[in-house]
Amino acid sequence: MAAFASGDPPPSLPGPLTDVPGDPVRGLEVFRDGSKATCLICHSVSGLSDRDQGVLGPLLDGVADNYSPEELRQRIVDARVVSPETIMPPYFSTEGLFRVAEEWRSKTIYDAQDVEDVVAYLMTLRSEP
Amino acid sequence: MRALVLALYVTLIGAAAFAQSAAISGYEFMEPSTRELQDDDFLNPGIFLLDEGSALWSRPLGAASETCQSCHTDIAADMAGVAARYPAYDADLGRVVSLEMKINAEIAGRLRGKPLEYESDDLLALTALIGYQSRGMPMEIDSNPQAVSLAEKGKEIFQTRRGQLNLSCQNCHEQHWGEKLRGDTISQGQINAFPIYRLTWTDVGSRQRMFVWCMESIRSEPYEYGSDEFLALEAYLVVRGQGLLIEAPGVRR
Repeated sequence: MAAFASGDPPPSLPGPLTDVPGDPVRGLEVFRDGSKATCLICHSVSGLSDRDQGVLGPLLDGVADNYSPEELRQRIVDARVVSPETIMPPYFSTEGLFRVAEEWRSKTIYDAQDVEDVVAYLMTLRSEP
Repeated sequence: MRALVLALYVTLIGAAAFAQSAAISGYEFMEPSTRELQDDDFLNPGIFLLDEGSALWSRPLGAASETCQSCHTDIAADMAGVAARYPAYDADLGRVVSLEMKINAEIAGRLRGKPLEYESDDLLALTALIGYQSRGMPMEIDSNPQAVSLAEKGKEIFQTRRGQLNLSCQNCHEQHWGEKLRGDTISQGQINAFPIYRLTWTDVGSRQRMFVWCMESIRSEPYEYGSDEFLALEAYLVVRGQGLLIEAPGVRR
């Protein structure tokens, strides 16, 4: 399974998208939310008791040890910036999409606060407390 | 024993992944309990289509007094292998058609009746009945140039990312089949068992209903039933799944 892409960081990493600091508790709810293309379709977190977690994407244990909030935000907003062939959906971009159903057209999977809250949750995933 | 079977199964799947060309029926990715439903005609919830289909087969479906049976007197012999080779180029119609389109062309033509709606019980019943006569026979490719070029167009559709989730058919059913998506194993997206009874739907559906379902689940605008795009996708999937045995009416989760 592909690991997170390494190498040079993308030219401009997005800063916080809202003025409200991310809430990790709400972030976990969004992370799990089936109506928001739950991260658990593809990713797993050992600390969560959710059944049938995903195996298509990297395990997210300790993800905050290796990535800054900016880097994580970048991957959630639009992972194509980091790896163009990724199968990870763009959670906060509508760019370059084809035949989006009318219900979802011009809408993103997450809103700005969802992104901030999920980043805040991911930043709690450290192997060393 | 069970662990051994599972280990063997995983090895087979792994070997198949290595030899990329091997087509594997969705049946192989199902839980044993779901397989049992398909294996036993007394348990298969799609089997009722055969009775309905048989009734339609011998009944006038239009102004003409003839029925399907009037010409195709021995259904088992006359229809054997037919469903396995659609979509196919049809000389009378001068174009490539799906099995559903061919059935409707016969109803509207020779039987002087009204074409059946996509996903209507009647069209599913006739498709299932004709499909059943090909059970155990391999899906075949039509070598007609029109069919070949349609299949090429279908390949493009298969490979094109779409929807809010920005996924192509290929992303899951070619690059990640055999892997788990939540509780379920991703299949190759083969179409040899249709029409199917799908447990998720608690209903029967055609190949194109499955396409619609998949596209909607990635939040993409599906194509219309009977569209050139869906026909092309069907044609490509027959090419891709060449040799798989027809399982109609199949059962899927």
